[in-house]
Amino acid sequence: MAKSDDPYETLGVARGASQAEIRAAYRKLAKQHHPDLNPGNKAAEARFKAVSAANELLSDPDKRGRFDRGEIDASGQEAPPRHSYREHAEAGAGRRYGAGGPQGQAWSQADIDDMFGSMFTEEAHGGTRPRRGHDEHYVLTAAFLDAVNGAVRRLTLPDGRTLDVKIPVGTTDGQVLRLRGQGGPGRHGGPAGDALIELRIAPHRFFVRDGQDIRLELPVRLSEAVLGGPVEIPTPGGVVRMRIPPHSDTGTELRLRGRGVPAHGKLPAGDLRARLRVVIGRADAALEAFLRDWKPEHDADPRAALMGAGTGEGA
Amino acid sequence: MIGIEMVVTRIPGLRREDLERWIANAWVRPDGQAGFYTFHEIDVARVQLIVELRDEMEVDEHALPVVLALLDQLYDTRRRMHDLCDALRRTVPPELQTTLAAALEGDRRDP
Repeated sequence: MAKSDDPYETLGVARGASQAEIRAAYRKLAKQHHPDLNPGNKAAEARFKAVSAANELLSDPDKRGRFDRGEIDASGQEAPPRHSYREHAEAGAGRRYGAGGPQGQAWSQADIDDMFGSMFTEEAHGGTRPRRGHDEHYVLTAAFLDAVNGAVRRLTLPDGRTLDVKIPVGTTDGQVLRLRGQGGPGRHGGPAGDALIELRIAPHRFFVRDGQDIRLELPVRLSEAVLGGPVEIPTPGGVVRMRIPPHSDTGTELRLRGRGVPAHGKLPAGDLRARLRVVIGRADAALEAFLRDWKPEHDADPRAALMGAGTGEGA
Repeated sequence: MIGIEMVVTRIPGLRREDLERWIANAWVRPDGQAGFYTFHEIDVARVQLIVELRDEMEVDEHALPVVLALLDQLYDTRRRMHDLCDALRRTVPPELQTTLAAALEGDRRDP
């Protein structure tokens, strides 16, 4: 404690410092080094003792004068014995002011769990309680027709395992399949978790899903539309032949019962709804000649509804 | 057994009404009822600490409960740490104690 040789130096004040300056310097250092606020810090404790002794000496004008005149030295002045709160508080008596109160247990089970939780958990310690594996999540994009008709598709997992996923009939976009026991492995005899597979459905080139029905735009010849006749129509279940009724037009909807999404669960099979689109194709001289001579019996303006005039049909 | 008069005499700068207020605030918790308080050494030391916090460290009484609550938590933790160390000393084989000490030393060196 070399610094205690000179109390002015210990407090960091000048020889001519006023009582107020000494007091302020002492307070500043006391806040920093008070041993009850720095438990276990021996350096702080020693520093505080020196600061207290210096303050004791310099705050007493009589002692300060005697020191200044060289009549006493700094270490001759012992501070009165301190009641160290720290010594009591760290011992069993400290429980008096502890969280559990004077009668409180030093350690609760929760404390022990808190402190040792990470050290002694079952996983780290190889505990033996059976634990179910985690569920694992995957996304599988299914072809449109696979989702309508149902299919089995193979999914390769990131860990190299393969899963045969049964895509059910009538699967909708975003539907999640749960494959029991195909997730993370269980531990200590626990069951494996499940694989949860979210199905995304790719759009089709010409089929559009509408609930249980499938919609389709069916191009037809002018002659087929006017005269009617048999055509072949693709459906999810394969090509089907049907007759187009005479006097059909663009926008006429043909309904093929039961040719949409097959029945599944409690849902009956849907329909295929084919909406006709008349395609003239490459016009030839005969068509031109016919149209030039043609005097239509019902010459309605197809644009009448757009113009807000007349009684145009099919508005 | 230490009575309230004795505490007031022993601690310079302490007024009886301050101490009574601190007891009412439960910052100091002697045994017994008003008028018949008996103080343990730890209570006296705590009173002295509160006086020092107030007079020397300029912690005013509005801030004192915060400071005391933090100190109580600090000492709680330190008591537990001492208990833990005692328990380790009593129960852990010496070679494991050495390993533990080395591990802690290592932690301190590269945090």
